[in-house]
Amino acid sequence: MKKYILKRVGMSVVTLLVIVLVLFVLMQLLPGSPFNDERLSIEQQQVLMSKYGLNDSAPVQFFRYVRNMLTGDFGKSYTISKDTDVALLLQNRLPTSLLLGGLSILLGSVAGLFLGVAAALKHNSLLDSAATFFSVIGVSIPSYVFALGLSYFFGFQLSWLPMLYNADDGLRAFALPAVALSMTVMATVARFTRTEMIEVLNSDYMQLVESKGVSGVHLIFKHALRNASISIITILGPLVVSLMTGSLVVEKIFSIPGIGQLMVQAIQSNDYNVILALAFVYSALYIFVMLAVDILYGVLDPRIRLAKEDAHG
Amino acid sequence: MREKILEVRDLAITFNTSAGKVRAVRGVDLDLHKGETVAIVGESGSGKSVTTKAIMGILSNNGAIDSGEIHYTFEHEGETVTENLLDFSKKQMRKTINGKHIAMIFQDPMTSLDPTMSIGNQIIEGMRTHYKTKKNEAQKKAVELLELVGITDPESRMKNYPHQLSGGMRQRIVIAIALACDPDVLICDEPTTALDVTIQAKILELIQDIQKKTGISVIYITHDLGVVAKVAEYVNVMYAGKIVEKGTVEDIFYDPKHPYTWGLLLAMPDLETNTDKLVSIPGNPPNMAHDIVGDPFYPRNTYALHIDKKVEPPLIEVSETHSAATWLLSEQGPEYSLPVELEDRITRMKEEAKLYAAG
Amino acid sequence: MDKPLNRPIQQTLNDFSFIGQDNVRVMDEVYEEDSFWKQLVKRIAKNKGSVFGFVTITLIIFMALVGPMISGYEFDEQIAGHESMAPRIPVMENFGIFDGSETLKTSTGELVVNKYETIEGGEDAYHWFGTDVLGRDLFTRTWVGTRISLYIALVAVIVDVFIGMSYGMISGYYGGKVDNAMQRSVEVLNGIPNLVVVTLLIIVLKPGLMSITLAIAITGWIGMSRVSRASMLKLKESEYVLAARTMGAKDMTIMYKEILPNIFSQLLIMSMFSIPNAIFTEAFLAFVGIGIPVPMASLGSLISENFKSLTTHFYMIVPPVLVLALLMLSFNLLADGLRDALDPTMKEV
Ligand SMILES: Nc1ncnc2c1ncn2[C@@H]1O[C@H](COP(=O)(O)OP(=O)(O)OP(=O)(O)O)[C@@H](O)[C@H]1O
Ligand SMILES: [Mg+2]
Repeated sequence: MKKYILKRVGMSVVTLLVIVLVLFVLMQLLPGSPFNDERLSIEQQQVLMSKYGLNDSAPVQFFRYVRNMLTGDFGKSYTISKDTDVALLLQNRLPTSLLLGGLSILLGSVAGLFLGVAAALKHNSLLDSAATFFSVIGVSIPSYVFALGLSYFFGFQLSWLPMLYNADDGLRAFALPAVALSMTVMATVARFTRTEMIEVLNSDYMQLVESKGVSGVHLIFKHALRNASISIITILGPLVVSLMTGSLVVEKIFSIPGIGQLMVQAIQSNDYNVILALAFVYSALYIFVMLAVDILYGVLDPRIRLAKEDAHG
Repeated sequence: MREKILEVRDLAITFNTSAGKVRAVRGVDLDLHKGETVAIVGESGSGKSVTTKAIMGILSNNGAIDSGEIHYTFEHEGETVTENLLDFSKKQMRKTINGKHIAMIFQDPMTSLDPTMSIGNQIIEGMRTHYKTKKNEAQKKAVELLELVGITDPESRMKNYPHQLSGGMRQRIVIAIALACDPDVLICDEPTTALDVTIQAKILELIQDIQKKTGISVIYITHDLGVVAKVAEYVNVMYAGKIVEKGTVEDIFYDPKHPYTWGLLLAMPDLETNTDKLVSIPGNPPNMAHDIVGDPFYPRNTYALHIDKKVEPPLIEVSETHSAATWLLSEQGPEYSLPVELEDRITRMKEEAKLYAAG
Repeated sequence: MDKPLNRPIQQTLNDFSFIGQDNVRVMDEVYEEDSFWKQLVKRIAKNKGSVFGFVTITLIIFMALVGPMISGYEFDEQIAGHESMAPRIPVMENFGIFDGSETLKTSTGELVVNKYETIEGGEDAYHWFGTDVLGRDLFTRTWVGTRISLYIALVAVIVDVFIGMSYGMISGYYGGKVDNAMQRSVEVLNGIPNLVVVTLLIIVLKPGLMSITLAIAITGWIGMSRVSRASMLKLKESEYVLAARTMGAKDMTIMYKEILPNIFSQLLIMSMFSIPNAIFTEAFLAFVGIGIPVPMASLGSLISENFKSLTTHFYMIVPPVLVLALLMLSFNLLADGLRDALDPTMKEV
């Protein structure tokens, strides 16, 4: 198990370094600098360039870059909020996005698990067909379509819930965006859970467990779900990616001050430091989740957890 | 006096599949007496497992029981009762029958243990659910069971997970699990098919051993007649969802009546026949998703009669213990003689048995 | 057990005589199989979802080809005076729907207006899906935009076949160090969220169809490479490949001639699944503001443009959203159906 974890951590670190390198190279390649403003004289531009350290040699810049990234120093925003530390921009927005993402994952997985298990237990029933139908729709239709629909009907037409984010609304402000984002999660989890559960429920070992006389909650939780969950957690990685993408759009639609909205602004106004910082944050977040999934996978599956003991006989 | 413990009558089971309805079992009768072993023999797909799964109440969801009764006689709260297991709900089956009275061993030990639960917990699970046995007591009994099934160093094995054990050991564990709640009936569904030959013999011995010690009744499924001779007193030959011949071991081996049984006997390797003279039955079993008209065996039967194409033969009694479903036994049936190789084979078997009994 | 002769069975004289030796031989040939394609079509036709998917995709392709031609407008034609007109469809207008009227929410209450009645020449004008704020016909724009999504779908398939499949096959075929290196690279690439790869790429290049194509080329092939590598590993040791090798066939010949036909099913399924992903990527980029430049239209850019009028002119956003959703749903349904139909485990029963 130790070896397994070490290998995963190693792989994660390598991936992160590759990303930083890519970001650094990209920074050099980016078309034009934000100071190509005609109102600035050449001298003024030079001053700015050296002020931001853009005149040093590449390796020097890279090492500084790695160090900065790891210490959370992402430089300053060029355009969105002139001369503000990017870290400061993130500081305010990251928690909002994490809360939104966390809510969506929680909502989606709980509902998805429930739906998937129910569909598998009542395989080939009406409930199963309905669950399958809804999950195909949920998987196929992008979250922002849900966001648009929810925002229009519940926010605008019915005015039940706030259409645009307002910090004073507290959790109510997250209701519509979280539901919109959780649709994909729910559908994916339900689909996957259903398939896995059907397979597990038809497996030989479940027949043995049943022929022991075990039934009900114990059967489902201790045996079926425990086995199915080993595969189910592996979809967490792809889900996080789709949540990130979805959050960009959803945050824009509901104008939630999170990192997604910041990313969209940065892209539209070519604020490269912000884009690169966010690229780093997204990647780091994703890599962290993938690592957590891998480790959890190892913990849940005794074939991996006990791998070391095997080697010793 | 033989005490009947299990009586299956006219059991018929259909599966709903994407390719239509599969009539896997088409009217099976089966009897099991206390302390005895009944074998079910037949090719792959003949419905052996499905029959026993119906007895256990673990048919998959797409399976439906069309007709039949399964009468089971057991001690319940100090009284002897006989119940039709098909009247029981799934929940009732789990609570009163499964594990406690009827236990099952499956074909493939590599897949029949839960990979995420320790061996010990899998063994004590039955006792804990049925009798609410205290954990340490259950564990003590589990260790004894492991010893009984021949696992060395049982205490430390309790903590192991299935992937840490070999196939033979896993099958011993499965047997221990089956015995955990002292059942009256043990169903063994090809318990040795997936194992290699030397281990097969050991597992077989173990089951016989346990039967001697506990007096348990056994239904033994196999497609190997050689195994049947070793373990069983009674034999049911199954083909395409029906019992085509039933009788004592002597009936089936020394006086077989059904051409399918002849085929199985000829396909059984023995010391004298050299292997290239072994005849396997030509062709394949019928597709059970199609309607069966006449005798399902006739396309593969060199002794087929014209009537076999139209009417499926019923079981025709040969003696009190022996009957077979073939028109050859009907009064109007033609004269026939057994295949020569089979005659030889039977003579040889009889001699062997005499030698065996004498020595 | 009663004797069978007592039963009322219609008998002919020779019922109880032997058929004879040739009985067995004759019957062995009964099993007959349909061809691969015939079976596939049969199985897919049974699955309602995939039939729906197939029909919808065909319809959408047809409309994308024909729609812009029959509308009578150009996709980038801004008709002065025709700004923000609600949908008006012949025939249907007589039933009080799609007659060009819309309800506006104002501070004083709701107001029903019909621009077709107020503007000059409006009587004879028909915009089936309405027009956008610049007075462009949305019917034309939606179907022109659909073309982009269909082009993207094609790109996704090509990427799967040429990059994904080749990568996986080469990795699996050569094995050892080559495989190791190639798989590690995939792992690293897979460790970067697509969102990041795609946005960075488009920012470095400039937004446009070419960049989007490239973005899909870079991110879209990983799933397929996994599948084809796995199949390759399985097939590599099989008899017919070994036979081909001993006959002296070249690596490339073996890969494409012998193995390709065998992983065709997986290829088909995987490309069907990657199409919706690719279509979504385009729509996403458009919504974030780095999609197809104006005045070109794609479903994504239409959604993004018309989103601004969500609360004032809701009808504008409906057609592109609906077509996009239907397209993605249909490809998913078709992919599901294909997988079920081609899944070998289902052939057993
Ligand atoms: N869940 C199921 N769904 C559909 N058909 C099934 C199902 N289970 C069994 N069958 C069919 O029922 C028939 C009998 O199967 P069964 O498993 O009883 O055969 P068997 O005699 O035990 O064979 P084997 O020796 O291979 O174990 C087969 O044709 C099989 O395809
Ligand atoms: Mg079986």
